[in-house]
Amino acid sequence: MIIASYIYIAVRVSIPVLLGITGAIFNEKAGNTNLGIEGMMYMGAFAGFYTAVATNSVIMTLIAACLFGAFGALIYAFATVSLRTNQVVAGLSLTIFGQGVARFLGNTLSGGKGESVRIPDAVTQKVSWKIPVLKDIPFLGRALFGYDMIIYLSIVLVVIAYFYINKTRTGLNLRAVGENPAAADAAGINVSLYKYVHICIGGAFCGLAGAYIGVVYLTTWGNNMIAGKGWIAVALVIFASWNPLKAIYGSLLFGITSLIALRFQDSPISPYLLEMLPYLVTVIILVITSVKIKKENQQPASCGVNYFREER
Amino acid sequence: MQDCILHCFFNFLIICDKGDSVNNVLFELRGITKLFGNVVANKNIDFSVREGEIHALLGENGSGKTTLMNILSGIYTPDSGTIIINGEEVTIKSPEDAIKLGIGMIHQHFKLVDVFSAKENIIMGQSGSIRQNQKNLTREIEELSNRFGLNINLDKKIYQMSVSEKQTVEIMKVLFRKSKILILDEPTAVLTPQEIDKLFEILRELRDDGCAIVIITHKLNEVMEISDRVTILRKGESVATVETKQTNAKELTELMVGHSVDLSIERPVVEDKTKDVLQVDNLTIFDEDGVKVIDGMSFALDGGEILGVAGVAGSGQKELCEAIAGLHPVAEGSIEFKGRNIVGLNPNEIINLGVSMSFIPEDRLGMGLVANMDMVDNVILKDYKRQKGLLLSRKPARKTALKMVEDLDIVTQGVQYPIRLLSGGNVQKVLLGREINSSPQLLITAYPVRGLDINSSYVIYDMLNEQKKKGVAVLYIGEDLNVLLELCDRIMVICGGRIMGMVEPKDVTIEDLGLMMTGHTYSQILAERGTGK
Repeated sequence: MIIASYIYIAVRVSIPVLLGITGAIFNEKAGNTNLGIEGMMYMGAFAGFYTAVATNSVIMTLIAACLFGAFGALIYAFATVSLRTNQVVAGLSLTIFGQGVARFLGNTLSGGKGESVRIPDAVTQKVSWKIPVLKDIPFLGRALFGYDMIIYLSIVLVVIAYFYINKTRTGLNLRAVGENPAAADAAGINVSLYKYVHICIGGAFCGLAGAYIGVVYLTTWGNNMIAGKGWIAVALVIFASWNPLKAIYGSLLFGITSLIALRFQDSPISPYLLEMLPYLVTVIILVITSVKIKKENQQPASCGVNYFREER
Repeated sequence: MQDCILHCFFNFLIICDKGDSVNNVLFELRGITKLFGNVVANKNIDFSVREGEIHALLGENGSGKTTLMNILSGIYTPDSGTIIINGEEVTIKSPEDAIKLGIGMIHQHFKLVDVFSAKENIIMGQSGSIRQNQKNLTREIEELSNRFGLNINLDKKIYQMSVSEKQTVEIMKVLFRKSKILILDEPTAVLTPQEIDKLFEILRELRDDGCAIVIITHKLNEVMEISDRVTILRKGESVATVETKQTNAKELTELMVGHSVDLSIERPVVEDKTKDVLQVDNLTIFDEDGVKVIDGMSFALDGGEILGVAGVAGSGQKELCEAIAGLHPVAEGSIEFKGRNIVGLNPNEIINLGVSMSFIPEDRLGMGLVANMDMVDNVILKDYKRQKGLLLSRKPARKTALKMVEDLDIVTQGVQYPIRLLSGGNVQKVLLGREINSSPQLLITAYPVRGLDINSSYVIYDMLNEQKKKGVAVLYIGEDLNVLLELCDRIMVICGGRIMGMVEPKDVTIEDLGLMMTGHTYSQILAERGTGK
């Protein structure tokens, strides 16, 4: 039974990272390296938290988180696509901005009294509704069917993202934009539109990731909720070789190492060292996977370079 | 207006003359003007092409040919002027608009996605259902390739393709979109003579199908061979439009350059050559991916000689240059410079021995010069090591730079201006001039006239001949086979990293070179010639 619980914990930890990776993949497939994943997660976390408290509605919570995340992405898209500012700078600013906005507005949740704010029980109950019968199967019930419904929704979204990017015509066009915007443009693809739309879709994924952390996982408002998971997502995009399905392994890897850290909490090993573990493993994996990868599985070629048609 | 009436009258005469089907004007550009900042790229240009016509657009570099066609294909928007297609005035704001109007352009630097397959490149950007209907599309593309005799593996990735295969994909892209107006920007620059023949065959077929074809070029022999009419641009203005049959190469050159030019290249004979300045023996090189790019290459180069290297792009030219300059590891074999093996020495030691390399990559600036630095700093880059002390003195470098400007006729606002503000030809003069300035005994130069206009090219040829007369050994990696035949003392033809033949220009034709570039050895060609006669 304990193994089932471990799997349960690991999956819950990895879901926001999975959504974050997928969000980053959408950005990079459109040729934009977006370092603002962390910021958009913060924005989603706040919007989700606020809506949950205000409306008690799960659906509204999810929609609000996606929209606010996409709004952050829209600012970034405007800066990089229309104004052609440096993508790294714009992304870093978005992270700082998102974090700041979430903290500032988050403080108003408690009316400035500094009391801790919790997600209403009604929302928590609705979210953790489980499939009857199936959830009572021993072992499998907990390891496979014991999760809240947002986890299943997320996995479905990630699979859809994979099919969308790799199997559809619009996905083909999107990849063309990310690889060679000049070629895409010459082939009649509206490069700016594709970039805007997909950067915003990426932002929505990040917003959802933030909401998961805030509303489902932690359920208490805190200023440091995301704690670098956005950055982990940015790094694991390489491990996932820009493929949402492989992102599932990448995020699970993070989940499992987090679990190990959690498991040894009571041991004499320094807790700081343990907290470092998932991040350390991510860096190591990153170095290993970056050594040699097939040409098709590399970063879209135009990432980081803004496109201007009339450039000579 | 008067022009237009005259033009129509002219058309009428031609129609009467031919006495066959009426050739309508398919598109017309009127009074096109385009400015880039203060630079006038196109000035009040009129240009029209008929159905079933191959129209050459001739002009030197920077004369505005590509700009004009980019306006037609929606890449640039004109500052003034109108575009008329099939008698109707249209506005083209993006490539998307152009495609819808049946305009297809094959750009000089192919607009293909490297990691996509040929098929994906052909169908991208097409409207249709969200799913890729693979079977139908494949059949449609295959029908197309059968009809025009285009042979291509649709599932092959672009980055695995040769240049001519890439071009075939570009052509299929345009055909697949059922374009009636085809624009080809310098399509033959990187093809072998045989591939050029194949391309021209396809173009003629398309012309007979009723397409209007514009071919941008600065090669006169091709204009004479393929086109029905020629329009010549000079410094952004349209100079003349003539029937190809009624003109000749000399007249066209004069129209293009603005004054008469002697088209032959000098080849001085040097009497006392230094034997074997460079001796390469059984050289084998692997690239980063472990692919053999130079395979057992052996040759010798004398001082006072220009040895030309001909080959399809990517046959090992770059690696050969880099290996001699000490920039690429050598797996096997030796490179001897004046009897001393230089394999394993670092680039600096090799430079100090008197070896100099100037490599002009496709983007021209990539190797050798720093675009954002001025001429003086670029000169210092190469000789700062000779200065003593902590601080750099800019005076000698400045003197050298000023001398270069004077000697080589470099057009610049001043030596303190960043290199990137110079035109392509002048950048290349700076690069080659700096290399020559270090008075080398072995000069390696790759594609020094890449993208240059006629006048600048001849300045470069003269520079190389000057060095040759001084007894310098020159290794010249070239693209234009005609130039190789005229300039070089000997030509080494390589294919897939192997030497196919070491020939003297007087013994071979341009077709022989083409055959060797695609893998026939010189002895095979000689044998065939023997049986043929």
